[in-house]
Amino acid sequence: MEPAKIIEHSGGVIGVSWLLIALPLLGAAVLLLGGRKTDRFGHLLGVATAVASFVVGVLVFLQLLGFDPAERRRTVPLYDFIPGLTKMGLLVDPLSISFVLLITGVGSLIHIYSIGYMAHDPNRRRFFAYLNLFVAAMLLLVLADNYIGLYVGWEGVGLASYLLIGFWQHKPSAATAAKKAFIVNRVGDFGLAIAIFTIFTAFNTVSFAGVMESGAHPSQGTLTAIGLLLLLGACGKSAQLPLQSWLLDAMEGPTPVSALIHAATMVTAGVYLVTRSGAMFFPEGSTAAIAVTIVGVATLLAGAIIGTAKDDIKKALAGSTMSQIGYMMLAAGVGPAGYAFAIAHLITHGFFKADMFLGAGSVMHAMNDEVDMRKYGGLRKVMPITFATFLIGYLAIIGFPLLSGYFTKDGIIESAMEHNATLGWLAVLGAGITGFYMSRLVFMTFFGQKRWEADAHPHESPAVMTWPLIILSVGSIFLGGFLILGNRFMTFLAPAVGRPEHLPSFHPFSVAGLVTLALVAAGAALAWFKYGAAEVPVTAPRGSFLTTFARRDLYGDALNEALFMRPGQWLTRLAVFFDNRGIDGLVNGIAAGIGGTSGRLRRVQTGFVRSYALSIFVGAAILVGAWFVVGNL
Amino acid sequence: MTTHYLVLSALLFVIGGVGVLVRRNAIVVFMCVELMLNACNLAFVTFARQNGNLDGQIIAFFVMIVAAAEVVIGLAIIVTIFRTRRSASVDDVNLLKY
Repeated sequence: MEPAKIIEHSGGVIGVSWLLIALPLLGAAVLLLGGRKTDRFGHLLGVATAVASFVVGVLVFLQLLGFDPAERRRTVPLYDFIPGLTKMGLLVDPLSISFVLLITGVGSLIHIYSIGYMAHDPNRRRFFAYLNLFVAAMLLLVLADNYIGLYVGWEGVGLASYLLIGFWQHKPSAATAAKKAFIVNRVGDFGLAIAIFTIFTAFNTVSFAGVMESGAHPSQGTLTAIGLLLLLGACGKSAQLPLQSWLLDAMEGPTPVSALIHAATMVTAGVYLVTRSGAMFFPEGSTAAIAVTIVGVATLLAGAIIGTAKDDIKKALAGSTMSQIGYMMLAAGVGPAGYAFAIAHLITHGFFKADMFLGAGSVMHAMNDEVDMRKYGGLRKVMPITFATFLIGYLAIIGFPLLSGYFTKDGIIESAMEHNATLGWLAVLGAGITGFYMSRLVFMTFFGQKRWEADAHPHESPAVMTWPLIILSVGSIFLGGFLILGNRFMTFLAPAVGRPEHLPSFHPFSVAGLVTLALVAAGAALAWFKYGAAEVPVTAPRGSFLTTFARRDLYGDALNEALFMRPGQWLTRLAVFFDNRGIDGLVNGIAAGIGGTSGRLRRVQTGFVRSYALSIFVGAAILVGAWFVVGNL
Repeated sequence: MTTHYLVLSALLFVIGGVGVLVRRNAIVVFMCVELMLNACNLAFVTFARQNGNLDGQIIAFFVMIVAAAEVVIGLAIIVTIFRTRRSASVDDVNLLKY
């Protein structure tokens, strides 16, 4: 089934869906412009705008449900954005509303959690301002009905991400990580910008509706180029290979930021971009779609391998995020059969990964901001709520039967298997590694011996932090089954992204599903023997070559350094040399030459009248002589 | 006939020119300038006579008038310099230089 036509809409809640973006943007503006005067209530205003946006989102969703499925793609014109190029409008359809509910819903919970987490930070108001700015930009990204609006949101979330990674800018590591994230994202944004230029050249429009209904038939090469450039953009924002290196360093930001931006929402923007452009630029079996699946599989394995070796709890979770987004990319590359699973996994992942990141934040909060899991251990008794919610998130991500991750990840593996068996089995392998590294994380943190620092006095976090955890863990239990069973989500999403002719049916005991479960169980058992039952050394052992390989992020940074940074430095040094010696030499040389010559020449001005008279005489004689010569020719 | 006048004019001009170049006394230099001007006048008048019109003679008058005005200003400058510097040598007046 093809995606439905986009129709213009006015009136109702959908007619004012710009409120979704305006509310958090207003919050950010008040908090940033209001300065210290708003310190006292800044966090409350931040939460209020996020929650209000969520309420509007729910109302928009309910109104959308009232329409016939074929008429559920509504565009709300706002104003003439760039005259002659594009109008600005909001596209409210099943795909964007799914994102809206995830962003505002999980976003609101994380806002609430941050009240407790950032309680002792002197800059809490600024933090909430940036969070609101992020929510507004992210909503613009998913709601814009044209590529340029999307690009504005895309850059907006990049800015918010930069500001929030570097929120504790007094730490040099945080400042560097923020710069790294921004610069690596520039590479991806470059791809997206060129893609949009190419789209405009090929279709003479940049709106989704215009591209979909355009009569233009650009060459296959153009379409593939656009697809690959869009994929480059998606790789940058979603931390996919080869632009994955920034995500692990992005963990320098406060933990709620890692949960909201670098796990649940912003990093999934790449999946949104691929899904949104899917019907046009990533048709099933095209080069671009194959590239998407390959990037997805490579990243899901790379992220999982990195996750196995990290001792920093947040970096282990970041590796896991990369890996899970790899799954989503894989599904998005499969085509209409995979879109629903990609977005469903994106939503459930938003819940259980935010749950675990906030849980990790709760643990860090209790352990004096210690992030080294080797200094945790035995925390399940002192932090029962954090432990229980984390355990649910953990079971959901490894795909424990009947929890959210089980349904969505299984759907991805099944659709990949049907698409290409090799990709499918690699995804199964990734699930097995997930079972290992997530179990390792849980065992090292909550089980085993206490390996705490002497001054650590862990305690359960306050209610304002535990309630969001509880709500997120409830979502982590039920959401997957609710979305996948009976193809509920695929049917809902079909008007926006299309769906295969034959709806897939859910097989609880397929071969791939059973092998996945067996591998996950094996991974968990291995983790139990190595990190649960056995003693975990407080200082990390040197480990084998493979451990070092994973610890060093698969030498991704080393590769970037050797391939780009060092040649870049040589280039700048060459440019500096050329500038100093070449250009400056030329300019300064000419000036010095003229200065020196005139310095000598002015010695002619002796002040003696008779020598002037002599020069006049000689000059006159030469003139007369020349006149004679010329006259006689 | 004309040639003699012209040779005389050239001689006077060269004597004046050499005087301007080699003499140090400002008054003498000045007199040599007058000599050159009058050598020119002689040449003008010679040509006027040879060509049978009055143009050269008129120009000679103009030169005399300009020379008279010039003498007034020049002598005034020389006298002023002599009063301040106690010297009439052109080589002593060399402050305006590089």
